[in-house]
Amino acid sequence: MGASEHKYNRRETLRKMLGSGGLFAIGGMAWAGYVDEAKKVDLVLRPPGALDELDFQKACIKCGICVEVCPYDTLSLAESGSSIPIGTPYFKPRDIPCYMCTDIPCVVDCPTDALDESLVSIAKENGTVALDINKSKMGIAVLNTETCLAFWGIRCDACYRACPLIDEAITLDLTRNERTGKHAMLKPKINNEVCTGCGMCEHACITEETSIYVLPIAEVKGKVHDQYIKGWEEGDEARIDTTNVYKDTKTNEQSTLDYLNDTESLFEDE
Amino acid sequence: MSESRRSFIKKSALASAATAIGMSLPASALASDIKSIEKFEGWRWDKSVCRFCGTGCGIMVATKNDKIVAVKGDPAAPVNRGLNCIKGYFNAKIMYGEDRLKQPLLRVDENGDFSKTGSFKPVSWQRAFDEMEKHMRKSLKELGPTGIAVFGSGQYTIMEGYAMAKLMKAGFRSNNLDPNARHCMASAVAGFIQTFGIDEPSGNYDDIEIADTIVLWGANMAEMHPILWSRISDRKLSNIDKVKIINLTTFTNRSTDLSDIEIIFKPHTDLAIMNYIARKICYEVEDAIDWDFVNEHTVFATGPVDIGYGMRTPDHPKFTDKERETVKAEASKVLSKTEGVTLAYLGHKEGDTLEMKNRGSAGKHWKITYEEFKKGLEPYTLDFVAELAKGDSEEDIDTFKVKLEILASNYINKSRKVTSFWTMGFNQHTRGTWVNEQIYMIHLLLGKQAQPGNGAFSLTGQPSACGTAREVGTFSHRLPADMVVANPKHRKRSEELWNIPQGTINPKVGSHITKIMRDIEDGTVTFAWVNVCNPFMGTANANHWIKAARNMDNFMVTSDGYPGVSAKVSDLILPSAMIYEKWGAFGNAERRTQHWRQQVTPVGDAMPDTWQYLEIAKRFTIRDVWGEQNIPGLEGGLPDVLPEAREMGFSPDDSLFDVLFANEKAKSHTWPDEVGNGFQNTEAEGDKRTVMGSDGKEWKGYGFFVQKYLWEEYREFGLGHMHDLAPFDRYHEARGLKWPYVDGKETQWRFNSKYDPYAAATGNTDYAFYGPALKALPSGTLTGIDNKEKTGLKNKAKIFFRPYMDPPEMPDKEYPYWLCTGRVLEHWHTGTMTMRVPELYRAVPQALCYMNPKDAQKQGFKHGDYVWIESRRGRVKTHIDVRGRNSMPQGSIFVPFFDEKVLINKVCLDATCPISKETDFKKCSVKIYLV
Repeated sequence: MGASEHKYNRRETLRKMLGSGGLFAIGGMAWAGYVDEAKKVDLVLRPPGALDELDFQKACIKCGICVEVCPYDTLSLAESGSSIPIGTPYFKPRDIPCYMCTDIPCVVDCPTDALDESLVSIAKENGTVALDINKSKMGIAVLNTETCLAFWGIRCDACYRACPLIDEAITLDLTRNERTGKHAMLKPKINNEVCTGCGMCEHACITEETSIYVLPIAEVKGKVHDQYIKGWEEGDEARIDTTNVYKDTKTNEQSTLDYLNDTESLFEDE
Repeated sequence: MSESRRSFIKKSALASAATAIGMSLPASALASDIKSIEKFEGWRWDKSVCRFCGTGCGIMVATKNDKIVAVKGDPAAPVNRGLNCIKGYFNAKIMYGEDRLKQPLLRVDENGDFSKTGSFKPVSWQRAFDEMEKHMRKSLKELGPTGIAVFGSGQYTIMEGYAMAKLMKAGFRSNNLDPNARHCMASAVAGFIQTFGIDEPSGNYDDIEIADTIVLWGANMAEMHPILWSRISDRKLSNIDKVKIINLTTFTNRSTDLSDIEIIFKPHTDLAIMNYIARKICYEVEDAIDWDFVNEHTVFATGPVDIGYGMRTPDHPKFTDKERETVKAEASKVLSKTEGVTLAYLGHKEGDTLEMKNRGSAGKHWKITYEEFKKGLEPYTLDFVAELAKGDSEEDIDTFKVKLEILASNYINKSRKVTSFWTMGFNQHTRGTWVNEQIYMIHLLLGKQAQPGNGAFSLTGQPSACGTAREVGTFSHRLPADMVVANPKHRKRSEELWNIPQGTINPKVGSHITKIMRDIEDGTVTFAWVNVCNPFMGTANANHWIKAARNMDNFMVTSDGYPGVSAKVSDLILPSAMIYEKWGAFGNAERRTQHWRQQVTPVGDAMPDTWQYLEIAKRFTIRDVWGEQNIPGLEGGLPDVLPEAREMGFSPDDSLFDVLFANEKAKSHTWPDEVGNGFQNTEAEGDKRTVMGSDGKEWKGYGFFVQKYLWEEYREFGLGHMHDLAPFDRYHEARGLKWPYVDGKETQWRFNSKYDPYAAATGNTDYAFYGPALKALPSGTLTGIDNKEKTGLKNKAKIFFRPYMDPPEMPDKEYPYWLCTGRVLEHWHTGTMTMRVPELYRAVPQALCYMNPKDAQKQGFKHGDYVWIESRRGRVKTHIDVRGRNSMPQGSIFVPFFDEKVLINKVCLDATCPISKETDFKKCSVKIYLV
């Protein structure tokens, strides 16, 4: 950490990144030719406020400003040879997570809407709009319960304590340890709705290979049907998208008749 | 179910069953089938104990080719049953950090001569001891025995602590040995001694599984006692509706997560909250008092209030004007509005000046009647205390009052068993002894002490704060087994057991750890040796001490495994063998003593601390130290005991090593010994490294089992004296044993005749608070003694009345925030070990300043900003965290002390409890501004 310790120089950033490629072009436009079309990229984590991946790739002009203004050196620009479109910003939380600056310079200084302020803002009561980094959705933390020490009964919960939204994005689930008969397991549990994907948990995890890691939302987004509501959880209705529920369903009377009229299939085995 | 899982469960079940009946299993029954697998060939498993906190988790250590290759939680250990926290998880890694100290290092000039301003260069052990000897001799010659000092430790093995205590007290006749445990446990000790006449808790960890209500008073157990917290969590889960957890704290910490009620109180007002509970008992529900218990087993007592705050007086030349603003309270203070109320019983009122006349007799106390006791409690009504103590300005006062009432009723309810836990919240407190006494006040009034699940239980921070610092007595006033240097009978008994002339031991109490620092600054200590701790980082007001060590004409030595701040300010650094590189033993907070064997050869030329102490003992003869000695403040000084020594058969030319450590008794403990079969012993027989020893020759060992000798001799102090320990070998069969160990049995609950043979032996059929210290008192009223005649209170405990008083430094306009310091789960103390484990470093790389978001906003700070935190004594810079693991109420900040880049002790105030001399690290006032 060290917000005021580092001064970043945009050209330096670009030069560093381009050094091996021999390119010294400055500014976004020079990059356009290197990415013909947006492509699906696996497992890349984008800065806060990034549009959906394909839209983001189209909107990002690869100027590197977000990388320069990040006070924690979190962001890098993709280099040639990686599966990530060259010149686009990304971060690896195990190395440096997003420290969730409240003034979100990477987003504010983005010259296009590739990093979209509206995605990291909330409307306040007085009608104004304010930045809120907690709204960001860089990814979702996923836990490997086989290697997570807390699931062994070890007192760890380092990820929980590292979480900037402690007790919201990560909570502890307490269960009795039947093996010892007198200890509880304090198991981290991720709340997908709240998790911002900052990766501070992944950075803090003390196992050799991290047992908690951030994946792009698209990779982990499970979804339960809107037709079932948890009877045991008050207010679960709020989850439901009612526009789906009341849609007319398609019917096909002919197929019903065809089915009923086909009695021969009942005797096929004779 | 897979085969391995099934066999594991079988083994665990076997281990638990064995534990349940107090039996222990041999390591082979637990470690086992893997031997037949080829890749594990050559692995050796042996039982040991975790290096870190006072919980005392048992671990199993695997070695191969003389290296620790793995650890596992010991499934047979009753404390943790195979579990660990993440510090324990890395026990295998802590010894192998890149920058382990491997050779002695001395500050030298370009010619290779010692120079205070020189740079560190490797030297031989012989050269290191030559320099040490030279500077010790110089200090002893110029200043006598009080010119030298040792910073001891709650992380000493028991044998190390015992060897150093004997060397200093019997050898050099200096009581300037004091452990870092002074910073951690001294108030608990003083509370125990004043209340019960004997140190250490009556209960044990099994109280957790029996208690209905568990109250934390300034103990963030979720982070600081991780495995005990998982036991408390399990207790809560066992009966969620019935079991209640109450967390009293000055800010929201991780222990709040599980708690039914969190009470955020203003720093220091725990004193008032206790009196509120006592007042409620005595004024509103007097029949809640267990009168049979109170009449039979207790007396009421009180003491003076004009006792100062353990600081130096304001005329001290080394203070800055800024410091004097606070330090002036040491001489006298103007009473605040609150103190006008709480000290009204002494005839004081707001605005009066209280002269601190009892600074030198802070611990004195006298018997009072119940009626007097009750009178003292009168001001502590719910309204008064709630107003004073509410710590979160955003909390509604009525909510706070309800919480206090629920707290009180949890204690008062006769059907509930209540266990109170505390650690540094109570102990690091300028009225730390009082607040320890107050918790016993509540438990004793209600007859809820020394019973399973019912009791006030003082947790310890360090792995052997109990086992070594307290039980061995590595304090400036103590001798083994709760004896003290000031008591002639205790000195006599110690001299007999040590086989040294009568009159050898110095009767004048030495300097406590903070005073050793002050002595160095005053030039009255010119040689100091740091053992197994890091006091130049861990002592409050550190700027003074760091400068004194570096800039004054003195010689500082640090023995350590890794370089830290104390090594950096030293003149000589000695590389120490770390925990599993030597034989040892620790004693945890529940009186459980646990031993381990040396598992591997030390790295580099590192040598065990005990060896270092014994080698320096070779450099001095009794003629050097047992003649007449001048002791400042001791009329007549110390006598010449050489004539008696001669009569005892010693020659004046015998070295301290010969007399104290290599005597006939020592040599009767031969090596090899069956208990050590298959294990090495660097002190006894040398090792494969052929280290060049203190005489320049290859180290080949003492030839006897020095650790066993030290243990068995130490044990004699406690046998039959309420501190019985088991024979050495017994601990290598058991998973620790809780003392007093009598007739082959541990003691679960002390002072309770059902469980404690010493209590039963008094003839009392229920309880006997049999501790012998301070058991004759004059009597009087709240205002003072009116009958000097002392009455005995055999087998009784004391219920103290203690008032609320303000701490010496409180936030004001210029320094508007309270500063509290403490620990985090991931790091151990000053981080010399855990900051070198890359995983723990990455998890928490820096000490942050936890702050309330509204305070930050008010000052124009945002999360992550780099700020200075400044007090009247010094400043450090770090980053603001407004959303982390600790949520601060407005007006308070928390900065942990593990990070030497954020040396928060430069900011902290070195005020102490005047009775216990333990520093209050939890309170001082600071301002904060952007870097």
